Amino acid sequence: MTTKMFGEPVQRVEDQRFLRGQGHYADDLLVGQQVLQAAVLRSPHAHARIVDIDVSEVLDVEGVHLVWTYDDLTGPMAPTMGEPLPLLIPHPQLTHGRTQYALAKDEVNYVGEAIAFVVADDRYLAEDAVGRIRVTYDFLPPVVGIPAARAAEHLVHDDVPGNVAARLEQANGDARAAIAAAPHTLSLDLEVERSASTPLEGRGTVARWDPDTARLTVWTSTQTSTGVRAAVAAKLGMDLGQVEVVTPDVGGGFGVKINHPWPEELLVPLAARTLRRPVKFIEDRREHFVSAAHERGQVHHVEVGYDDDGRVLGLDVQFWHDNGAYTPYGIVLPIITSTQLLGPYKPGAYRVVFESLYTNTVMCTPYRGAGRPQGCFVMERTMDAIAAALGKDRLEVRSANFIQPDEFPYDHGLIFQDGRQLEYDSGDYPASLAKLRELIGWDEFPAFREEMAREGRRVGIGLACYVEGTGVGPYEGAHVHIETSGKVKIATGLTTQGQGHATAFAQIAADALGVPFESVEVVTGDTRRMPYAVGTFASRAAVMSGSAIHLAALRAREKVLRIAAEALEAAEDDLEIVDGVISVKGTPGGTASIDLGTVAVLSNPLRYAFDEASKAATQFTVGDPGKPPVAEDDEPGLEGKDFYSPDRSTFANGMHAVIVETDPDTAEITILKYAVVHDCGRLINPMIVEGQILGGIAQGVGGALYERMAYDESGQLVNASFMDFLMPYVTEIPAHIDIDHLETPSPLNPLGIKGAGEAGVIPSAAVFASAISDAEGFAITAMPISPSELFGLRRTHASAEPVETKERS
Amino acid sequence: MKPAPFAYLRPQGLQHALEALAADPGAKVLAGGQSLVPLLSMRLAAPSTLVDINALPGLDRVWADDDGVHVGALARHADVLASPDVRRVQPLVSQALSQVAHATIRNRGTTVGSIVHADAAAEMPMVITLLGGSVTVASTAGERTIPAEELYAGPLESTLRHDEVAVHATFPALAPGEGVGFAEVARRHGDYALVGVGAVVRIDGDDVVSARAGYLSVSDVPTVVDLTETWGDHDAAAHRALSALDPADDIHATAAYRAHLVRVLTARVLAAAYDDARTRASAGRDRDDG
Ligand SMILES: Cc1cc2nc3c(=O)[nH]c(=O)nc-3n(C[C@H](O)[C@H](O)[C@H](O)COP(=O)(O)OP(=O)(O)OC[C@H]3O[C@@H](n4cnc5c(N)ncnc54)[C@H](O)[C@@H]3O)c2cc1C
Repeated sequence: MTTKMFGEPVQRVEDQRFLRGQGHYADDLLVGQQVLQAAVLRSPHAHARIVDIDVSEVLDVEGVHLVWTYDDLTGPMAPTMGEPLPLLIPHPQLTHGRTQYALAKDEVNYVGEAIAFVVADDRYLAEDAVGRIRVTYDFLPPVVGIPAARAAEHLVHDDVPGNVAARLEQANGDARAAIAAAPHTLSLDLEVERSASTPLEGRGTVARWDPDTARLTVWTSTQTSTGVRAAVAAKLGMDLGQVEVVTPDVGGGFGVKINHPWPEELLVPLAARTLRRPVKFIEDRREHFVSAAHERGQVHHVEVGYDDDGRVLGLDVQFWHDNGAYTPYGIVLPIITSTQLLGPYKPGAYRVVFESLYTNTVMCTPYRGAGRPQGCFVMERTMDAIAAALGKDRLEVRSANFIQPDEFPYDHGLIFQDGRQLEYDSGDYPASLAKLRELIGWDEFPAFREEMAREGRRVGIGLACYVEGTGVGPYEGAHVHIETSGKVKIATGLTTQGQGHATAFAQIAADALGVPFESVEVVTGDTRRMPYAVGTFASRAAVMSGSAIHLAALRAREKVLRIAAEALEAAEDDLEIVDGVISVKGTPGGTASIDLGTVAVLSNPLRYAFDEASKAATQFTVGDPGKPPVAEDDEPGLEGKDFYSPDRSTFANGMHAVIVETDPDTAEITILKYAVVHDCGRLINPMIVEGQILGGIAQGVGGALYERMAYDESGQLVNASFMDFLMPYVTEIPAHIDIDHLETPSPLNPLGIKGAGEAGVIPSAAVFASAISDAEGFAITAMPISPSELFGLRRTHASAEPVETKERS
Repeated sequence: MKPAPFAYLRPQGLQHALEALAADPGAKVLAGGQSLVPLLSMRLAAPSTLVDINALPGLDRVWADDDGVHVGALARHADVLASPDVRRVQPLVSQALSQVAHATIRNRGTTVGSIVHADAAAEMPMVITLLGGSVTVASTAGERTIPAEELYAGPLESTLRHDEVAVHATFPALAPGEGVGFAEVARRHGDYALVGVGAVVRIDGDDVVSARAGYLSVSDVPTVVDLTETWGDHDAAAHRALSALDPADDIHATAAYRAHLVRVLTARVLAAAYDDARTRASAGRDRDDG
């Protein structure tokens, strides 16, 4: 295999389009084609029974085409629309899974839950109409926040005792006994608040019904077009073959768009079929805050026993996960926290138990990092606490707990989110830490701290390490088609939300086939081109589709060589493909050569010539008249198709360090230096990987220092706008971030790659908590943290007895 | 989100605009739209008519004379910020404006619109109050000038009548012996401040003869406190300021933190204004000497 493109920082082919405003998003589709627009009446109350819905003032309004409430969905039009939406990932321990209806039946369980659906000539009219619908509610007491959910004085769902959707315990060894026997113990209470993916493009769905062919085309801003297709077909009572789902450009997903089908993803196609007109739903920003999904809210209690070196002998973690009002995505998030919490460490014994709790708030589904930021926060705060208690350097305590390079594959004795054994494939944590120590200037920091102190300035340094299971199954596939022009068309079914797949995947294909990068074109997320796929989440696209594309391209290559060998009267083994030309090895461009396009022509026996080149494949020109034109075990055309389905996830890892300054007067927190050591196996495109890391850090800074979902006691989200939900601006992100890579290949896939999409965001809460604690001399136990909160903590700690628990660097 | 239906007028002359406002009690002026359009889109405001003043001639001027700095109703924050006249004649305006929102919003939003929008978290209402400026308004009944201390009636409520258009605002010039300072703490760059403080200090030789501070985001209306008597005593100054203010809890900061910021920023800003006054005085002497 040539490795010309793999590993090169090729500029993203997508960016010309995106940066020039030529992206084509859901709202850009079918413009000028008399598309009707939908709007949704959403519950203004967190918990209420619906007594009556009066739509009479809407029905006759000029320009309004349709108004639906739950009762309209139960007829023969779509036999299963009246059932709750699918519970996508069932789990035996999810004993009380609940999902919402496409439109609320009888009860609403969060502010934002869809109650009625209106289609009108335009969105203005649709919103006017929504404003005229009268709903009578019977109020129920809302359950907001983990403490209220645990107290269970009130229930979110009448039939879910204790508000507990799921309880899951896993253990490796006897952690309690190990803690009891340990020379030192600590206990910690740690909390992480809610945040959300908040992609700049919200949800959006467009559907067109073709009455002549009885077929539906749905464009939706999703992370899984195949998932939406299956759901739409099932819910609308159609054959899969009648529904195609195409993913246009997607303005960010970050996890929230993997949940499906959203109510609107079903209602829009249903309305298009009913009205025989194209229908569009484009979510607005407030709707996204209150009716998409959130994540991260968890409360944790840690008991740990350790020895004089800081080695963890026993770790016992209990935590409570706020899953919001429903559980369509199962209990993937708390499972990830409970397993990925372990990071690069190997505690002597481990037990973890969690409860997933209902609250009357927006449901929680994966947001970049998906349960890992919380796990990392818990483990890293614990490591820092051990270091502080022993008066040891924080790096030393981590080193004492690392899984060593010669211990891979390392089996934690637990079950991961994909139902498979939690077994790390590869990594070199001591080497990563050594790089990070250098990159951030860990050893020089004490001198820097003193220098700053002389100027009256206060600084702190922190670090955090994580391991991330990436590339979960079950599978992805790819189809490679070499056209008679010599151009290569690749289709893979998972979707793209701006990650640069068209570039990275083309690099893989170009190498496998020996063609110029420029002649490869990649299509993603279009069920017409690749109907078998899972989706883009869990840092899996490069690993899964990347591997599948590699395998499919190799299949196409085999066929190329077979046909070329016949044409050139050479042995296949003697041939190579360079720049799209097949020739005998070592004689590139020699007389005995044939280009890919010609091979493609020869691969497809023709009756009709349509141009000069195709004459070569017609019946009086090629083939042995004594044999069928297409051999029994062959197919026409130059294609390759293959699937990649790994035994288990591959585990990437990384370590971040930060130096912060905290203003002694105003408690403002400023980032002075940020460093990253990252290991995602072999890098397909370092520029793309670094972009992913930087973007992840930007979101991580948001999650650590700015963003939160501010619910009041009645369950109103009081900051449902970008004015009050403080997504960081570019001015809040460090202008420079030092990144270094380690490339420990994964043994699990043919390219040795691991996922990189989520990594940047995982250690943020942990690394900032570590650095702020170091600056302030007291431990930060809840994230995010604002200057106002830091000010409050300073007061609390100043008035408490000065039992200094200052962590040393 | 989309606004509720409204009629839209874009008059070409002031008289037309004033007549349109007088004709419809539900009408509202549209200037830069940076505050009004979000309110419309969220359906928090539903005026029956929008009178867009952007086509009115002659209202985009920024000029300085002996009275101070004058800013026309269509001068954008960016125009005012870029004006060397403003920086020279009343530097507090420029200092505070640099903290108003972001470049893109300053390119559309008008300084006069901000003043009459009467947000006690906004910089310009506080600055015009601290400086003792005024706003000149017009209606079909004629023109009048409202002194800044009479401009604010309550949260987001000015004393303009609904049929009045503010045509320009005046900020008095920095007087001899005066220096200014401004500081704020915001969650993100360009956000409305959690607390902001502006100060004008006047000196005579080494003596401070006047010290006044204005506050953002800690009261319902822009509030100015005379701190001359507490000069040199941070605690007393903070105490006096806080007795005139009403810091509140919200999702971004506690009342206690805001009160703390009042203390910290008052001290910082008074010191900066004093230094500024000293620097200007000595620069003035140098000029006179040379
Ligand atoms: C993201 C964002 C951040 C911002 N941050 C800040 C900030 O940090 N500090 C700050 O001070 N501001 C901030 N703003 C507000 C900005 O400064 C506005 O531009 C300003 O407050 C209003 O000016 P405008 O010209 O846009 O007024 P408009 O939005 O057009 O009007 C605002 C109100 O004033 C009335 N009005 C406007 N002009 C006149 C007139 N000539 N006569 C009579 N009535 C009039 C309108 O009827 C309306 O009620 C921010 C805005 C945004 C969108």
